[in-house]
Amino acid sequence: MFKTIEDHAADTVGITVEGVPHRVPANISVAAAALLCGLGSVRETPVTGVGRLPYCMMGVCFDCLMKINGQPNQRACQVMVAADMTVERQLGAAEFEEF
Amino acid sequence: MIDDSYELLIIGAGPAGMAAACEAASHGVRVAVLDNQTSPGGQIYRNVDRATDSRNRILGKDYVKGRLLVDRFKQCGGSYFSEATVWFLDEKRRVGVLIDDKSYFVSADKLVLATGAQERPMPIKGWQLPGVMTAGAGQILLKSAGMVPEGRLVLAGTGPLILLLAYQYLQAGVKFDALIDTTPQGAMLRSLGKLFEALPAVDYLLKGLKMMLAVRQAGIPVYHGVEGLGAVGEEKLEAVRFDAGKAGLKKVTDCELQADTLLLHQGVIPNFRLPLAAGCEIEWDAQQQNWIVVTDEWGRSSDADIYVVGDGSRISGAEASALQGRLAGMHISFQLGKINAGKLEALSGPVVKSYKRHLSIRPFLDSCYTPSPRYLVPDDATLVCRCEEISAGEIRQAVRLGCTGPNQVKSFTRCGMGPCQGSQCSSTVSLIISEQLGKPMTEVGCIRVRPPLSPITLGQLSEV
Repeated sequence: MFKTIEDHAADTVGITVEGVPHRVPANISVAAAALLCGLGSVRETPVTGVGRLPYCMMGVCFDCLMKINGQPNQRACQVMVAADMTVERQLGAAEFEEF
Repeated sequence: MIDDSYELLIIGAGPAGMAAACEAASHGVRVAVLDNQTSPGGQIYRNVDRATDSRNRILGKDYVKGRLLVDRFKQCGGSYFSEATVWFLDEKRRVGVLIDDKSYFVSADKLVLATGAQERPMPIKGWQLPGVMTAGAGQILLKSAGMVPEGRLVLAGTGPLILLLAYQYLQAGVKFDALIDTTPQGAMLRSLGKLFEALPAVDYLLKGLKMMLAVRQAGIPVYHGVEGLGAVGEEKLEAVRFDAGKAGLKKVTDCELQADTLLLHQGVIPNFRLPLAAGCEIEWDAQQQNWIVVTDEWGRSSDADIYVVGDGSRISGAEASALQGRLAGMHISFQLGKINAGKLEALSGPVVKSYKRHLSIRPFLDSCYTPSPRYLVPDDATLVCRCEEISAGEIRQAVRLGCTGPNQVKSFTRCGMGPCQGSQCSSTVSLIISEQLGKPMTEVGCIRVRPPLSPITLGQLSEV
């Protein structure tokens, strides 16, 4: 679990994480926001389905893959939060869209 | 809007990339810099131009100092593209980059690759559990979001960064439950001989001592020479355990500490995927236990038009990286006919001197903090490839079946075939093979990288 040590009250955005509305500091990554919102895992692996949380926070490990605004397999540590963003856990491999 | 070609294209806006850009631009070179973060600074000076006063106080003056270089970089006259993802690079120096959801191909007369370092994987039992992160990740959360761990926290590993993070957490008022030092027993003592060489960089040594003292004064339990470290838990981290270690002079065995967060670290290694993609020659550094990119004194790789500088070629630290970036910037300016040989010599003299001073600490650090082989080559049950969930045992089995190198192991097991493309397993796989077959690392080689070097959608690709 992580917490913020600064008062961000003046500068926050509203996002929806796993269907639940949250206010989080602006200018942080989605991965940071997911940790702040207390998610137990941000994804389930495609191989064995176990949960993972962000690991490296710098874009190299790909353990923070999430579905952001409906787009699957996004590295949550490389995407900044924005107003009205929808963030969901990535469950297994991404599904193909029907054409 | 990015142009089709530049005289100089720099990838990475950390100390080395920023310094190379400032230097080359000052001599009239047409420069563009691509970086994947939202603001310049690299990992070391991440977010430095937006950090709050309280954050600066916690992170310290070595961090705040980065602001000077960032400010200079912003005014250097080069074109800077933030949040740019390089997904293609080949031996012809063609760069494929994704900016604002659009893909471009850019070419350049000279290329500087300044892609910095990543943390060395620390494959211990349970390192994939939620609640286990790298120390670098902890520091990134502090720098970029003012966030710190809550609950029971354990820091474990070896190297300067774990100590720095411990110190910064103490400044932030974060109490942690233990510092578990995996530096091999006696490594410090064996490295004392290198202290004399390190004297020109005595400031580094004093900083290290100050941090060690602060941890001791805070009354944090410190365990030294720890062996058999592992993370324990079902669905998430519940405890950190180790087989043996020392608390002061007292021997500790089979120790288990309850924990909500475990931050791991065992040094940093060059993030050399782009040089590898460009076909630059690499070699195994037995002291640092990682691949390095072969360069000359100007940072020029085996391809004379590609310079690889900073921690992305060989771990040398922020200050040395910036100086190496400057040297590359000068040499490129000379090569492009912007300055003559006399000016190059006059400009580079003092920079080389300073560069050597900053490098003088390295033999001591490298010798002191070489990770224990036990933490580099894990036992059979430990996961090596986090993406495809392949254990060390499965890799050894593939070698027994006849695989002779990491790329064959990849084909047999899918190890390194996942989205991270081997960033977390490549060196471990090669080390396992090297040990099992008794072959030197240079012969074993490493997992190849292939485009796309970063994920890109078909839609984004179709725009090129």
